[in-house]
Amino acid sequence: MNIIVCIKQVQDPDIPPRDFKVDEEKMQILPPANVSPVISTFDENAVEEAIALKEEHGGKVTVITVGSEDCKDSLKKCLAMGCDDAILLNDSCFENSDAFGIARILAATIKKVGEFDIILCGRLSSDWGFGTTGLALAEALGLPSVGQLQKITVEGTELVCERALEDGVEVVKVKTPCLLTVSNEINTPRLPSVKGILMASRKQLPIWKITDIDIDESKIGNSANTLELTKLYKPVFTGNCEFIEDESLEEAAKKLAMRLREDKII
Amino acid sequence: MSKDVLILAETTGDKLALVSSELSGIGRKLADDLGGDLVAIILGPEGTKELSKGLISLGVDKVVVGELDIFDGYTNSFYLQGIDAAVNEFSPHTFLVANTSIGRDIAPRIAFRHDASYAHDCTELSYEDGKLCAVRPIWGGSAISHVKSKTENLSIASLRAKALPMADIIEGREGDLVELNFSMESGETQMSFLEAKKVQSEGVRLEDAEIVVSGGRGLGGAENFSHLEELGKVLKAAVGASRAAVDAGWVPTQMQVGQTGKIVSPNLYIAVGISGAMQHMVGAGPSKNIVAINTDADAPIFQRARYGIVGDYKKIIPALTEKFEELLQN
Repeated sequence: MNIIVCIKQVQDPDIPPRDFKVDEEKMQILPPANVSPVISTFDENAVEEAIALKEEHGGKVTVITVGSEDCKDSLKKCLAMGCDDAILLNDSCFENSDAFGIARILAATIKKVGEFDIILCGRLSSDWGFGTTGLALAEALGLPSVGQLQKITVEGTELVCERALEDGVEVVKVKTPCLLTVSNEINTPRLPSVKGILMASRKQLPIWKITDIDIDESKIGNSANTLELTKLYKPVFTGNCEFIEDESLEEAAKKLAMRLREDKII
Repeated sequence: MSKDVLILAETTGDKLALVSSELSGIGRKLADDLGGDLVAIILGPEGTKELSKGLISLGVDKVVVGELDIFDGYTNSFYLQGIDAAVNEFSPHTFLVANTSIGRDIAPRIAFRHDASYAHDCTELSYEDGKLCAVRPIWGGSAISHVKSKTENLSIASLRAKALPMADIIEGREGDLVELNFSMESGETQMSFLEAKKVQSEGVRLEDAEIVVSGGRGLGGAENFSHLEELGKVLKAAVGASRAAVDAGWVPTQMQVGQTGKIVSPNLYIAVGISGAMQHMVGAGPSKNIVAINTDADAPIFQRARYGIVGDYKKIIPALTEKFEELLQN
């Protein structure tokens, strides 16, 4: 079972709100000082699932990302977790591509990588959260897609996929090759082992440029984007919380109940 | 390209889903701005046609119905073909879906196929110079972005649940009903729908609840949710949870309130041991009154709360439950 995982490296989404800064003029999110970027949350679930499937059914896991040289760190982490190969797509003409542009770059890359059974992606990135790259990639490659999975079971050349819904589960059977997206319900990503980290540090990490893949340059980069950003800011919350206090917490609780009654909230 | 706005209506059981009403409301407004019609596509098994009257009363001018067995239960490949057929036939200016497990699964593929723009999880939509503009909270709600379509092709957006009001119902409003002009692509299908299993939550559904009691990491363990359940019983409230509590395996994922969970809009939201991370507040933010109980006075949840108590919930919740019980008996 050969699996390709597509990941995105993002600024750590779990930083405290006060460290989250926006340059409104330049319409940019400012990276916090001394916090390393991470693999986008659900993409890490995709990496874990790929490795778990490989461990059970054999095969190979290749992880791909499009981004700056820094993204090597996230790819190395994937190798340390247990992925076999990693490819970084890095070229100035890839910069500022939207999800559709990234999907085109990934599609061209995957065509060159060769045969695969499953492509795994996180269903939504932790940063700009368009939830589009994976599904657009399926469209670009003409593959069936099943989104938002909480469980994948292999049955020969078919996969039984459980989709996590708002109020339940939906079970769909799909033939390989296919593209699947996952989120946090599916697993808990492992920590890389010491041995894994050592092995990853010795692995070659190829960097592919636009000349390495077959792609129409006019369909990627900022000029190909179909949306423009017109404003970016931090929302402001007033914080008029009235703290209820009394002799004891039990008394404060009673006071709170009375207050909610007076306000006709209950 | 026409001046029409197309919406993807959704059903729950044999009824229209609430999101269909929210989509109709904004869809009507956008179609009026463009001077076009509001067209709704609805897919489902035999009998789905019966829902078209309801859509028309919500402001839809034309309902396109695809009544086929393959639409009984959602599979991406069949829905994609059905919806693509409607997009091709009606060539809308704008296509709106709800940010649901169906809407967000369909829209990116349709967008890529049609070289369309796609704004996901929008809380406001409007036009400027005939281009679709959207407000999208990003980074789990830590920042707000405004985007504008720059394509001459189709513009697509998905709408966040409860961000916009439902459409007014106009009884007796007239509209057209047309059948989806669609034939399945020949050849074997790569995908088949097996089953749907509802996870029955006891009592009130989170999304419908007037009162929600939610617990987070601060509860310290699965067993401690029983305190919240008791409070919930007294208040006839639904019980929810933060991502931390779900990730810890204390409660099932269907209880999660937040960006990747449910969006709730109760009259009262009681957050217990929840710090108030942005991604949680995306889900709890539409609540009218938030009460926060937390040991950390600096927790961001208090910035969003109307009332707060700083302290150990194990002392507060039982007293609160008892007092509510007493008050509600009178």
